[in-house]
Amino acid sequence: MAMKTKKRGKNRLERNDRLVRLALLVIAFSAVSVLLVITVFIVQQGTPIMFKYGLKSFLAGGNWYPSEKVFGLWPMIVGSLFVTAGALVIGVPFGLACAIVLTEFSSKNVRRVIKPIVELLAGIPSVVYGFMGVIILVPFIRQTFGGPGLSVLAASIVLGIMILPTIISISVDSLQAVPPSYREGSIALGATRWQTVKMVLFPAARSGIIASIILGMGRAIGETMATIMIAGNAAEIPRSLLAPVRTLTSNIALEMSYATGEHREALFATGVILFIIIMVLNTVANATSSRRRRQP
Amino acid sequence: MKRLGPRVEQKVAQAGLWTMTLVTVGVLLFIIFFILRRGLPVLSLEFLTANPADMGKSGGIFSTIVGTVALSFLAILIAAPLGVGTAIYLTEYTWGGPLTRVIRFGAECLAGIPSIIFGLFGFILFVTKLKFGWSILSGGLTMAFMLLPTIIRTSEEAIKSVPPAYRTVSFSLGSTKWQTVTRVVLPSALPGIVTGIVLSVGRSIGETAATIFTAGSALRMPTSIFSSTRPMSVHFYILAREGISMSNAYGTAAVLIIAILGINILTYYLMNRFIRKYS
Repeated sequence: MAMKTKKRGKNRLERNDRLVRLALLVIAFSAVSVLLVITVFIVQQGTPIMFKYGLKSFLAGGNWYPSEKVFGLWPMIVGSLFVTAGALVIGVPFGLACAIVLTEFSSKNVRRVIKPIVELLAGIPSVVYGFMGVIILVPFIRQTFGGPGLSVLAASIVLGIMILPTIISISVDSLQAVPPSYREGSIALGATRWQTVKMVLFPAARSGIIASIILGMGRAIGETMATIMIAGNAAEIPRSLLAPVRTLTSNIALEMSYATGEHREALFATGVILFIIIMVLNTVANATSSRRRRQP
Repeated sequence: MKRLGPRVEQKVAQAGLWTMTLVTVGVLLFIIFFILRRGLPVLSLEFLTANPADMGKSGGIFSTIVGTVALSFLAILIAAPLGVGTAIYLTEYTWGGPLTRVIRFGAECLAGIPSIIFGLFGFILFVTKLKFGWSILSGGLTMAFMLLPTIIRTSEEAIKSVPPAYRTVSFSLGSTKWQTVTRVVLPSALPGIVTGIVLSVGRSIGETAATIFTAGSALRMPTSIFSSTRPMSVHFYILAREGISMSNAYGTAAVLIIAILGINILTYYLMNRFIRKYS
């Protein structure tokens, strides 16, 4: 009799276990389903208008006059690319330098100070970066180089700083993942620390470093509040580094609050294009870093 | 050009890399000191406890602090169970395989999606389709989705760092999987999980682009989760961009920076304790 109740108790526990397992499986799909729902909604809201006015005029059209139903996104696409390229020019060298110093050229104590500071850089809200850009950088550019100050250059510098934490943390991870024997072998052959970094560690950590740059790129393209504050937002292709520029993200954020009807749909279409760019970058970054995982 | 000797090159490289690192660190310290120097004089008990008056030109920022706390709280309330549940499933219930890869890929992609896209999505789904309007509910749900990947990743790492021996012992004592998870694995991983949650609170405090289109920007004191609210980050943005009041903008920014600093120090402290426990 006692045996029987015990057995029933065990069965109950096992049944609970299966239920829990099922519940967890459902929960585990939350992230994937959120991603799917977002994709569906953005695409559903944004694509009809693209096809209505023709993909070509939408993507390659040079004019954006939403009140006259002229929706050409080309200046914003170019704007996003310029600003992102600029951000990489600033962010990649500084980010990689920090990563190398943190992994190879510093003592443990120094690392204990610098690492949290870099992490803090990631925590500062983007509006604060934008604000600092407006207060310090924009007047400086206006006085030194001329032009309105709100420009590709200003946006590139601020975004370059903002992508540093992404580049630094992922590069540090991939440099640390290089087996210590590589480092020791190189030093034993008489190479200096820098030669070791240049000729051994960098090639070995290459795919991780590339992934960090791609993810940094994604951050720069997706950044909204800082860009809106410092890029000047003129919807035309910038002729120089000192000209104002409007990115895809700014285009959405600037006009969303008052847009209605087709104008709003066109902003969602802007979102679709941004979304596609980001997903492509994510997939590429994911592929490069998983290739690294497979061949250590 | 004569090639530099390796020793010289080493010196040059080291000096160059260190300079760049110090510039990076310098930029960050400059931002923090700049905001605090101009913002701290504005701060007072009254600034923190009075509601904004005259569109924010005068008065304090109390209702925006309430807005920030309400949004973050709601977001965490939704995202934490989902995120931790996903992490438990990924670490304890599956061993690789295509299913795990799909889940992980989904989480990684979600992490890369810019906040403006979340804002657009939240606006269409919660504000218009589900008719929640500009509200704490819409904003909190949108933000929960943004925080989900961070919580999944940090919880996963925390759970993975619990030594496998703990599980083996628990199983050998006759516990079921779920008993092992709730009584052995989760308590040990808790500090790491909490660190991740605190980290995402930090992220939610600074978020602007997603909340401005979902929570609106009403300055009134929110009365329920269906009221529109303006969190500190949005308030700061509007004050600064429309030039309403620079001193109040600096004050708000200082509160934001202090909150983020506090959260970072807290996570660092928690993390170190957690790491010390398992190494």
